[in-house]
Amino acid sequence: MQILKGMNAALIGSAVVAVGVIAAPYYVDLFQIMQLTVFAAMAVLALSLGFIWGYGGILCFGQTSFFGLGAYAYAIAAINFSDSTPAIVMAILIPVIFAALLGYFMIYGGVSDVYLGVITLTVSLILFNMVNSTAGDFYKIGNARLGGFNGIPGIPTFNMPGNPDYILSPEQAWTVTGLALIVVYLGLRVLIASTFGRIIIAIRENETRAALLGYDPRFYKLITFMIGGAIAGFAGALYINWGAFVSPTIFALGLSAQIIIWVIIGGRGTLIGPVIGCLLMQWMVTSIGEQQTLDANFILGAILIVFVLLVPKGIAPTLRDLVLARLPAKKSETAPSNERVKA
Amino acid sequence: MDIAIIVGLDVISGIASLVLISAGLAVIFGMMKIINLAHGEFLMLGAYATVLSVSAGVNIWLAMLVIAPVFVGLFGVLVERCLIQFLYGRLVDTMLATWGLSLVIVGGTTMIFGNTIVGVGSPLGGFSVGQYQSSLYTPFLALMAILLMTTVWAVMKFTRAGLIARAVMQNPDMAATLGVNPARVYMATFGAGAAMSGLAGGLLAPVAGVVPTMGAAYIAKAFITVVGGGTSVLWGLITASGLFGFINQIAAFLTTPVFGEVILFVAAVVLIRMLPTGISGKFFKGRL
Repeated sequence: MQILKGMNAALIGSAVVAVGVIAAPYYVDLFQIMQLTVFAAMAVLALSLGFIWGYGGILCFGQTSFFGLGAYAYAIAAINFSDSTPAIVMAILIPVIFAALLGYFMIYGGVSDVYLGVITLTVSLILFNMVNSTAGDFYKIGNARLGGFNGIPGIPTFNMPGNPDYILSPEQAWTVTGLALIVVYLGLRVLIASTFGRIIIAIRENETRAALLGYDPRFYKLITFMIGGAIAGFAGALYINWGAFVSPTIFALGLSAQIIIWVIIGGRGTLIGPVIGCLLMQWMVTSIGEQQTLDANFILGAILIVFVLLVPKGIAPTLRDLVLARLPAKKSETAPSNERVKA
Repeated sequence: MDIAIIVGLDVISGIASLVLISAGLAVIFGMMKIINLAHGEFLMLGAYATVLSVSAGVNIWLAMLVIAPVFVGLFGVLVERCLIQFLYGRLVDTMLATWGLSLVIVGGTTMIFGNTIVGVGSPLGGFSVGQYQSSLYTPFLALMAILLMTTVWAVMKFTRAGLIARAVMQNPDMAATLGVNPARVYMATFGAGAAMSGLAGGLLAPVAGVVPTMGAAYIAKAFITVVGGGTSVLWGLITASGLFGFINQIAAFLTTPVFGEVILFVAAVVLIRMLPTGISGKFFKGRL
């Protein structure tokens, strides 16, 4: 239980949030519950990028590829099996396989950060075009019509495992999504505190040094990339559980950019940062959607530029530094030494 | 026989349009090692400049070949001064900032012109090969691609500005000690790259639907071409465009245009696995 040491704050915080998640349906109306559900599903997606970028150092600009693949895999499986449990498994499995293939070519090819970003972005663009062109009866997997740009409507949402006739109510779906977010968060915290987590952070800090110590950076990066793909795919299933609908816009550039923005403004190298960034931005975009004068893209782009130029670390690390700087002298003495270890 | 000629024309037009849409990106990447994620929006601005000029009564050739590149080139210099210059040496941040810029441009253009398709008519007629029809605009695009590449080559090879640009490209620190100001070279390079994107956008205006989001349709191919070509501006661009344009058009002819793009991408990823620094990283090292 060495791992759980130092995680007291995270555990207590998660327990409080979990109580809030379970209690929310009794205090909040249905419309807001639905809003919160999609926010939480997107926060899981934010965690996936926050993990592979912030801890694995993998600059993936196309995290929507895995999110969208997970969503489509869930949709096709759920329609064919009429049961959500194997569909959720597919929503994780297909993106992992895709991440393994793509990651192998990129990471074992030894491409630089910039190339990796560009290639992953290109993947999402091409998936968008590809799925967009699958309209018509010809493109059918089992009973599921891919539907091209129209998307797939009426996808079965989550049911009780083992009992396909018991469909979860919106309130129950919210509880599942909210708890899933907490589970993914804590799971990643444990993973980062484990030996594997220490190795991937070592690789992020200095790839050559980690390699000289006997760890194959390519292997660990590939595994990290696949874990990110799995979480993003799972987020895709949660997203469909909210909307019962998927269309190719799930692969579109706008969403890829938003995920990056969540992580940037929340803060790379933390897990809570991307979640905060995601919730903030979602709330803001929803508010922008209610008026007509300002385009949401315009605001998002401006925020991205401002953060890159002025707050490159993001909200959570900047706040942490501010708090550390105000703590009594004894604590702030340890802060710089931490910094040195990181550098 | 006729079909062979038509497919051949398609391949030539595919290669030419790859050269045109990637040239601005390749120049900025080759010289400054940064990827401009607002590249698609630079194309879009060039197309809008053309369409708006034509509807204001300007001659279409003047609009495409002069107004579009000059306008986007000036815009590029502005962007470099206001944004890019603060981020030199921070490659990832530069990509993120230009991505933000791309969203701002798309959002801004949507707010001003609305999310509707505008366009101009193709200024050249068609011709027929046997029973097939083709547009004269296709060979014109090929001609423009050749002209553009020749111009870049001549400027880099024979002018003082080109000499300085090559020096900065090879070793910025050495060039700086010899009295060159790399910051100014970068500014000019970014402007020139933007102008080339503007020209490409202008040339595409008659054959594409001009909307604020049109950039997204081209950047995937442009990125693949530049990443596949590597950092050598001229040879990387030409070889990658030739290879990918050929694969893309043949695959599109055998399947559908969209799957042609997918096959192009798979080919590019396999190529990257074998040549992680692109074609020019292996075969044209240190060349233009």
